[in-house]
Amino acid sequence: MASVTRDSSDVARGAPSGPVGLTRRRGARRHPTRAAWYVPYLFLAPYLVLFTAFALIPAGLLVWISLHDWDFLLPGKPWSGLDNYRKLFDSGSTVYSDYWQSMKATGIFTVFSVPFLVALPLLLALVLNGRFFGRSFFRAVYFAPFVLGVGVIGVLWQYLLDPNVGPINHWLGSLGLRDDIPWTTDTPWVWVSLIGATVWWTIGYNTVIYLAGLQDIPRELYEAAKVDGASPGQRFRHVTLPGLRVVLVFVVIITILASANMFGQSYLITNGAPAQQSRTAIMYIAEKGLRNFQMGEAAAMSLVLTTFLVLASVITVFAMRRAARD
Amino acid sequence: MAAIADRSPGEGQNDTLRRALSYALLFLLTIVFVAPIVWMVVTSLKSNYEATHSFSWIPTFDTEGYDALLNTDSSTPVLRWFLNSFIVAAGQTVLILVTASMAAYALARMEFPLKNVLFGLIVATLFVPPLVLIIPNYVVMDQLGWIDTLWAVMVPGAASAFGVFFLRQFFTLLPVELEEAALIDGASRAQIFTRIILPLSKPALATLAMLSFLVSWNDFLWPVYVLLNPPNFTLPAGLAILQNANNVNYAIIMAGAVVASVPVLLLYLFAQRYVIEGVSRAGLKG
Repeated sequence: MASVTRDSSDVARGAPSGPVGLTRRRGARRHPTRAAWYVPYLFLAPYLVLFTAFALIPAGLLVWISLHDWDFLLPGKPWSGLDNYRKLFDSGSTVYSDYWQSMKATGIFTVFSVPFLVALPLLLALVLNGRFFGRSFFRAVYFAPFVLGVGVIGVLWQYLLDPNVGPINHWLGSLGLRDDIPWTTDTPWVWVSLIGATVWWTIGYNTVIYLAGLQDIPRELYEAAKVDGASPGQRFRHVTLPGLRVVLVFVVIITILASANMFGQSYLITNGAPAQQSRTAIMYIAEKGLRNFQMGEAAAMSLVLTTFLVLASVITVFAMRRAARD
Repeated sequence: MAAIADRSPGEGQNDTLRRALSYALLFLLTIVFVAPIVWMVVTSLKSNYEATHSFSWIPTFDTEGYDALLNTDSSTPVLRWFLNSFIVAAGQTVLILVTASMAAYALARMEFPLKNVLFGLIVATLFVPPLVLIIPNYVVMDQLGWIDTLWAVMVPGAASAFGVFFLRQFFTLLPVELEEAALIDGASRAQIFTRIILPLSKPALATLAMLSFLVSWNDFLWPVYVLLNPPNFTLPAGLAILQNANNVNYAIIMAGAVVASVPVLLLYLFAQRYVIEGVSRAGLKG
């Protein structure tokens, strides 16, 4: 590519001035004047400093730490090879049951939250995609909870769902329903609470992404389908879904990643209750590595979690590609 | 819409009914999304006792919650947290705008060795959740002497792959003719960048600024672990210790939540277009 451009630019320089042709324009685009070789690097430098210090080095360091018996508070951090990983897969080790319980919590949350977080925003987007009065108002309202951070929505829902003194149980009671549901203290209610609060908080995010995708589907396709007598259901299946395929894959992947990295909701709403059953993997990793400072084990846990996430993403892409082909 | 003309009268009636049902649903959902936020504000304007005993939607304007927060010698200096959050979010936003726009310009308009490799690397980190790197980043913070300082929450998050990706996309779509003309007139790259590219990119920069500020203001896990003493906390980290206090005082907690919400809700109210546009364009990167 580079050599082609250089050639055409030479031609352009040699050409007498006249009507601006395609060749000349393309040449001028690439090499109008020769800037010094270091100019691009000057522009890149500030970002690269940050990128190196807080992304590249940490990525390497993560692997390095996971191969050591790395207690942050102790001076010696001896090499331990794959010991930290072995511990995670040895049922006799001290971390085995806690780690896999936290992975299970992350798994439960991901498996049960992702379908809602993918499907409900799609329904909402289809409703909001019509042309009607107040459309942008409703879109803005449904998105609003997302601009509040997890810190805010976490303490808010912990209060709303407080089993003893919270308003939700109170209102349920005044409707004559059960007023002692252990929303934040017992299974399966903790999952209902965590998933419900997360859907309420983030539904607008995926909705907005779907809406952008829906707007990219050419109207003519719908009109053609209508002329062919397709029912609304058929139009959805044969026009909307294929048109949204790329967006759908993207939404599923970012939603899986977000759910699998859930932390704040468990930290604030259930605090891991009951008996750490809703303590997620990220929560356990943070406790282990950044409170107890057993960073070697925590680093290995991060990498195992990451491996699961990469696998989940790859499987999603392939599964959806296959589904699209069928 | 044009199709309405050739519908039978029966269908028209059906349409009205459907429209009414749609609006009913939309209003119901509005209540679902707004009511908890309203309840948060109402509770913040009650006493702690009322927060768990009176379930009325009408606030009593008891300022017990806010008094406790504004009390400057308390162990929960909310005004200080507010200031910290603001410094961190504003600082991180500026860092992102400056570094990402410069890098994005180089990636959009200049040729240099390994450009595609570098860009690929940056894009790849878009798919690495930042929480994966908390352990090594803590070690980096320690090496820099940044543990328990605002630098630790402001600077690392500024390595925004999204910012670079987002602005590069925007820059490549700008017409190249203006830059060519300026180059022929002898302008330097720096002049072109500051006088042509940046002014033309105001909408994209505004969008990125909004999103960066929101994300930074709301950041939760990292400040909870990397900040140790209450005076150094940001608001979200502060909310967590309000909640962990021995006596659970929901009016105080809700007052804290309101303080943490007001700036972002205001920002959203006035710059809603940029926020939503940013998110929908973030979605299109897939």
